[in-house]
Amino acid sequence: MSGMNDWTKSRYLPSVVLFAGLIVTAILPATGLLNDYLQFVLVSVAINAILCVSLNLVNGWMGEFSVGHAGFMALGAYASAILTVKLFPAAPDILLFPIAVLIGGCVAGLAGIPVGILSFKTRGDYLAIITLAFLMIVKSGLENIPYTGGPRGLLGIPRLTTVAWAYFWCVVAFWVIRNLVYSKYGRGIAAIREDEIAAEAMGVNTRTAKLVAFVTSSFFAGVAGALFAHQLQFINPSSFDILKSTEILVMVYLGGVASLGGSLLGAGVVTILTQCLQPLGTWRMVVLPALLVLLMLFRPAGIMGYRDWNWLKPRIFTKPRLEKSKQAPLQ
Amino acid sequence: MSALLETCNLTRQFGGLRAIGDLSLSVNRREILGVIGPNGAGKTTFFNLLTGIYPPSSGDILFKGNSIVGLLPSQIARLGVARTFQNIRLFRRLSVLENTRIAYDSQLPYSPVDALLRTPRARVRERESIDASMELLELFELGSMANECAGDLSYGSQRRLEIVRALALKPTLLLLDEPAAGMNPYEAMQLTDFLRWVHGKFSLTIVLIEHHMQMVMDLCDRIEVLEFGVRIAGGKPDEVKANPRVVEAYLGTEGELP
Amino acid sequence: MKYLAQQAINALQLGSIYALIALGYSMVYGVLTMINFAHGDVFMLGAFFCLLLIAIVPVPFWVALIVVMGATAILGTLIERFAYRPLRDAPRVSAIITALGCGLVIQNTTLGISPYARPMPHLLDNVTYQFGGLTVTTLQIIIIGVSVGLMMVLDFLIRKTSFGMAMRAVASDRATVSLLGVPANEIIAITFAIGASLGGAAGLLYGMAYPVVSAGMGITVGWKAFVAAVIGGIGNMRGAVLGAFILGAVEVMTVAVLPSTYRDLISYSLLLLILVFKPHGLLGKPTLHKA
Repeated sequence: MSGMNDWTKSRYLPSVVLFAGLIVTAILPATGLLNDYLQFVLVSVAINAILCVSLNLVNGWMGEFSVGHAGFMALGAYASAILTVKLFPAAPDILLFPIAVLIGGCVAGLAGIPVGILSFKTRGDYLAIITLAFLMIVKSGLENIPYTGGPRGLLGIPRLTTVAWAYFWCVVAFWVIRNLVYSKYGRGIAAIREDEIAAEAMGVNTRTAKLVAFVTSSFFAGVAGALFAHQLQFINPSSFDILKSTEILVMVYLGGVASLGGSLLGAGVVTILTQCLQPLGTWRMVVLPALLVLLMLFRPAGIMGYRDWNWLKPRIFTKPRLEKSKQAPLQ
Repeated sequence: MSALLETCNLTRQFGGLRAIGDLSLSVNRREILGVIGPNGAGKTTFFNLLTGIYPPSSGDILFKGNSIVGLLPSQIARLGVARTFQNIRLFRRLSVLENTRIAYDSQLPYSPVDALLRTPRARVRERESIDASMELLELFELGSMANECAGDLSYGSQRRLEIVRALALKPTLLLLDEPAAGMNPYEAMQLTDFLRWVHGKFSLTIVLIEHHMQMVMDLCDRIEVLEFGVRIAGGKPDEVKANPRVVEAYLGTEGELP
Repeated sequence: MKYLAQQAINALQLGSIYALIALGYSMVYGVLTMINFAHGDVFMLGAFFCLLLIAIVPVPFWVALIVVMGATAILGTLIERFAYRPLRDAPRVSAIITALGCGLVIQNTTLGISPYARPMPHLLDNVTYQFGGLTVTTLQIIIIGVSVGLMMVLDFLIRKTSFGMAMRAVASDRATVSLLGVPANEIIAITFAIGASLGGAAGLLYGMAYPVVSAGMGITVGWKAFVAAVIGGIGNMRGAVLGAFILGAVEVMTVAVLPSTYRDLISYSLLLLILVFKPHGLLGKPTLHKA
C-alpha cells in the first residue's frame, strides 16, 4: 500500500481503533440510528462470528470434524442463564453479566477437556461420532433436568446482550484465537492437520495442542451461547440441535477454513442470508445444508481457505526481513 | 562408552510378520552409520521404532544410556532424535518458515496461557523462533522461499527443507530415510558432500538408510546390513563390500555393489 | 418373568428395525469408509413413500414393501452418484460434511412438505395371538420375520455370490481392484442401492409398528441405528446386527425403568462408553495406520 503515514504504522493503532469501535457500539443504539431489528442483526453477526472462529479452530486449523459445537454453546447458554435468572436475579447487570458470560465459557471449556482427551487416540470419522454423541448427550441431558425447565427450557432471561457487549466479546474471541494460531501451539495444531506423525516426529506435543484447541474452541462456544441466551431471552434444548451445529459449519466452510478473515466473512454472509431467507419459513433450513453440499463439491476450503488478511496477523509476521543469505556448499 | 544409541534384542512383529528380529546394534557418537538391505528388510520399521511411532514388541532402546521405549514420538524428538521420511512428509500447506519453526518450537518454553494472551514472554520467544529459523533457512539457501508453501517447492528443495526442519530440532542424532531417493548419481554425489558438511557443522551423529551404494560407501564410517529384519553383517564399508552374505542378499535384487 | 418375555419381544422388534437400517450404514462404511449420514433420512423417506403410495393406490403390504424398497434404492443410488461420487478422492471430512448436508436437505424438504407427523394407515389385519399369557401380534411377527429374512438374503449375497466377493474386494482395496477389471463404481452404486432399500424397508416397518411418520424420524430413529452400527463395529455386517439388538434391548429396558425422555441420553452415553473402551466397536477391526 502506498502513501502510508507514520501514524498508520504505530503499534497502538489497532488498540485505538478497537477501543473506538467499542465506544461507537456503546453509543450508537442510544442515538436511535439503529432500530431494534438492526441491533438484533448486528448482535447475531457478532455471536455467529465467535461461534464460527472457535469452531474453525478445530475444524479448520486442526482439520478435524466436530459437529458438537452447538452442545458447547448450550452449556454456556444454560450456565450463564442459571446465574442471571435463578441464582442472582437481583445482582447489578453490569457486574453480573460479564461474570455470567465468563462462567458460561468456563463450563463449556471444561466440557471440552474430555472431548479433547478422546481426540488423542481417535481421529476423523470416529472423532466426528464422538462429538455427535456429545451433542446428543448434552441436548437430551438438558431435556431431563427439571431445574432448567426440561424440554420447555428457560424463560424470562434478561436481555443483557447489547451491541457493545457482543462487539467486545467478538473482539476478545478473535484476538485470543489469533494469538493462539500464531503461536507455537497454533503451529502445532496446523501441523497435526497436515501430518500428525510428522508433527510428532518434529517434537510437537500433539496432546497439549489438541487439548488447547478443544478447550479454547469450546470456551468461546460457551461465551457465544451465553450471549445468545441473553439476546433471545429464552433457551430450550432444541435450540442447540444438529441444525445449529450445521449452521456454524456452513459459516466455517463458506468463509474459509483456517482463516480469521474467513470466519468473519462466513458469519456475516450466513447471518444476513438467514435473515433474508426468513420469509421462506421451514424451507430456509433446506437452503443452508444445500449450500454446505455445494460448497463441498465446488470449493471445499471456502472463500478465504488457509489465507488471511495482513491486518489480522500479528505485526511480527508482516514485517519484511532484509538479510543477506549465507552460502551453503550446494550448487 | 561412546555409544549414543543402543538397541538390545529389539523385535517388532506385525501380526505373523517379524519386521525386526532380535536386533542389537549401537551407534557411536559423531559417526555416520549406514543401514542397508534389500527392500522390505525392515529399515524404515527400525526408524519407526527408534522414533517411537511403533512400540517394539520386545527389546530395549537406549539413547544416551536411558531407555526411550514407551516415550511419545514427540518426547523422543525433544531428547534430540530428529528424522526425515522416505516419502517426504512436509507440512505441505504451511510455509517453508512455518515448517522450520514447528520443529524449532519444541524448544520454546512458554505456556498455553502465554500463547492465548500473547504475553511479552511469548512475544520474545516468537521473535527468537523466527530469527533462529530464518537463520537456518538462509544457511541452506531457502531464505528467499521462506513464505512459500512447502508443497510448492521443487522436489530437491523439499528434500533439503526436510533436513533443515529436522535440524531445527537441534538434534544430536539425525535419522535420514533414503535422502537420495529419486536423485541421479550426480545429485547423489552433491548430497554426499552436503551431508558431510552438515555432519561437521552441526556436530551430528547420523544414521542413514540409503540404496545409493556409492553414497553409502563414501559417506559412512560403518555399515549395518539388514535382511528380513535381521542383522546379517556389519563393519567398515570395505569389509561389508567384501562380505559374501551381503553380496548374496543383494544379488538379483539390487546387484549394484560397486 | 412374563413381563420380561414381553419386553424381550418388544426389544426384538425394535432391534430388527434398527438392524435393517444399521446394515445400510455399515455396508457403505465397509466399502467406502464413509459415514453416510443421509441414510437415516432415506429410512424416513421409506415411510413417506409408503404413505404416498397408499394414498394413490391402496396396495397390499407385500407390494408396498417391494415398491418402497425399489424407490429408496433408486434414491440411494442418486445420492451416491451426484453427491458422493464427485468427492470420492477428496479429503474424508468433505464426504462426511456432504453426507450430513444431504441428510438435512432431505429432512427439511420433507418437513417443508409435511410439517406435521402423520398417522400410518393399517396395511395388515393385525391379529393378536396369546401364547401362555404372552401377546404377540401379526405385525410383530411380520416385522421380525421380514427383517430376519432380508438380513439372511443380504448375508447370502455378501458371502456366496460374485457380487459379494466383488464388494468385499472393493472394500479392501479399491484402486487395485479397479485395475483388475472389477467395475468398482457399479459395485459401490449397488451397495448404496441395497443399503438404501433395506433402510426403506425399515422405514415402512417402523411406520407400521409405531404408526406415526414424521420428518424428524431420520434423526430420532435413523441415527440410533447409526449408533447401533458403531457400537457393533461399523463396517462389520454382523456387528451392525449385534449392535442393533443390543441397542434395542437397552432402549426397551430404559423405557421400562425410566421416563421415555431418557432414551436418547442412555443410548448416546452407551455409544460414548463403547467408543472409549472399544474404539472400533464390539466386532470392528482396528485399521493399522501406516507410518
